[in-house]
Amino acid sequence: MTAPLAEGFSTQELMIIAAAREIRDGEVVFVGMRLPITAFGVARLTHAPNAVGLFECGIARHEPADGMLYTMGDPPNQVGAAWTTGLVQVMGQLQAGHVDLGFIGGAEVDRFGNINTSYIGGPAAPAIKLPGSGGAPDIAAMAGRLAVIVNHDRRRLVERVHYVTSAGYLEGGDSRRQAGLDRGGPAAVITDRAVLRPSGPDNELHLASVHPGHTVDEVREHTGWDLKSAEPVVETPPPTVAEMEALHRIDREGFWR
Amino acid sequence: MSMKEKFLPLPGAIRDLVGDGDSVVMGACLEPHIPFAAAHEMIRQEKRDLDVIAPISDALTDMLIGAGCVRQVTGAWVGNVSGGLGHNYRRAVERGIPRPVRVRDYSNFALGMALLAGAHGMPYAPMRTLLGSDILKSNPDFVVGENPLSEDGEPVVLVPPLRPDVAVLPAQRADVFGNSHHWGNAGLAQEAALAAHRVIVLADEIVDHDVIRSDPGRVLFPGFRVSAVCHVEAGVHPSPMSGRWRRDTAFFNDYHRRSRERTGFLAWLDEWVLEVPDHAAYRAQLGDRLDDLRITGEALSAPANWAAE
Repeated sequence: MTAPLAEGFSTQELMIIAAAREIRDGEVVFVGMRLPITAFGVARLTHAPNAVGLFECGIARHEPADGMLYTMGDPPNQVGAAWTTGLVQVMGQLQAGHVDLGFIGGAEVDRFGNINTSYIGGPAAPAIKLPGSGGAPDIAAMAGRLAVIVNHDRRRLVERVHYVTSAGYLEGGDSRRQAGLDRGGPAAVITDRAVLRPSGPDNELHLASVHPGHTVDEVREHTGWDLKSAEPVVETPPPTVAEMEALHRIDREGFWR
Repeated sequence: MSMKEKFLPLPGAIRDLVGDGDSVVMGACLEPHIPFAAAHEMIRQEKRDLDVIAPISDALTDMLIGAGCVRQVTGAWVGNVSGGLGHNYRRAVERGIPRPVRVRDYSNFALGMALLAGAHGMPYAPMRTLLGSDILKSNPDFVVGENPLSEDGEPVVLVPPLRPDVAVLPAQRADVFGNSHHWGNAGLAQEAALAAHRVIVLADEIVDHDVIRSDPGRVLFPGFRVSAVCHVEAGVHPSPMSGRWRRDTAFFNDYHRRSRERTGFLAWLDEWVLEVPDHAAYRAQLGDRLDDLRITGEALSAPANWAAE
């Protein structure tokens, strides 16, 4: 690829572009709010014009909404939708195996890609009650691939999550399959410092690429387990001019700049 | 026409149809169409020991918890969608303030399948989600079995049916018989209506029966399953409603900020609920702010021809 590279971009813009690149053309994608919805829009305008976006509240869209969204159910996301329907209908498509990729976030992500959005300190007497699962466990269990968005520090990227809200590779190896999940699992964990991907028979998360301006040592230092590297670790490819133009068309207010 | 009129003022409907200890679905539509007006009335009437069933509910469940109305949360997520954590939820679960709240953890799809089973009289619903999740451990209601139709005994999660005592469901328009037109995403609203013993509709507009009858395909829940229809304009504020109301995100953020401390929440509750006699007064207190949230544009769907001959 010899596309011209963009000059200036924020860390969040780089994360959006990295997330957009996880979406392949023609795929059906469980989008979710904030960063992934913007990534979906960028993918549609660049390499994946035929991607379809699903929202668990009961919406399917071809084009991203025209107007600022604070939640997926805001009126601009309803106007011109491909489908407005119910949650069971949309998530039923997920269970039936018709969804290629899903995005979720998390308060804690561990070395096998398990995600906690429920309790810090266990459910019986939690130190912190987080808002909870929403549809994340459903997306993590049943999408063809999972992409996780999380900020990179030792409190969030941990050896073992306090509570598995959403299943990654569980204890590693084939334990996800053993539990009865016959597809899926995290394909990428996109952070503000790097991209991690599962590698080897253990399906342990490895460092796959480091964002421009960051180093392998720094990323390892901010990870709560002994992070191994895939060979070779590359730099996360910076955004192209075309990708940044697409992002600026969607992010007119400059929210992510 | 022999349909029964079910038109009631909101305070009467809440008094007659919601009892202490009831399980109540609110916020079934996820982020839009959240019946805040009904929650405020439950707080004013000091309902107690409610089991609040909701996939998301934005800040509604958090308010009810802070006001001491809730004994149990049955759902997937309680917080503030644009603000973050639910401060009252945290105080109640972590420290029992103002009273302890039990959490029955569901995922969104699991809650949908539980209501679907309740709506359809199924003994349970089988599903593939939650395998490997600790939700199966912290909520003992789920059973992991083997699919008897598979050759290798594949694991399957069985979720028991939910049959809520009450579902409170907003709709853009309804007739006095409870036949309700809804457009936009529906979340779990239809499953909730069909599973619940009693259904209270919060209609943004009351229309002639002929308006509803002209488009039966837009009826999300039929009048014969509805117990009461209340005319509450903007009863969903600050949540949005397609074709009617934009989301008042600043209001959610203000609630989030002020509910951070218990004293701040109590002041908020006085200002917006306890010292406001009814929803008309609430709308008056919003004043110009509500006018600014009103959707005034038009994006009309093409008419559908229902002619039989």
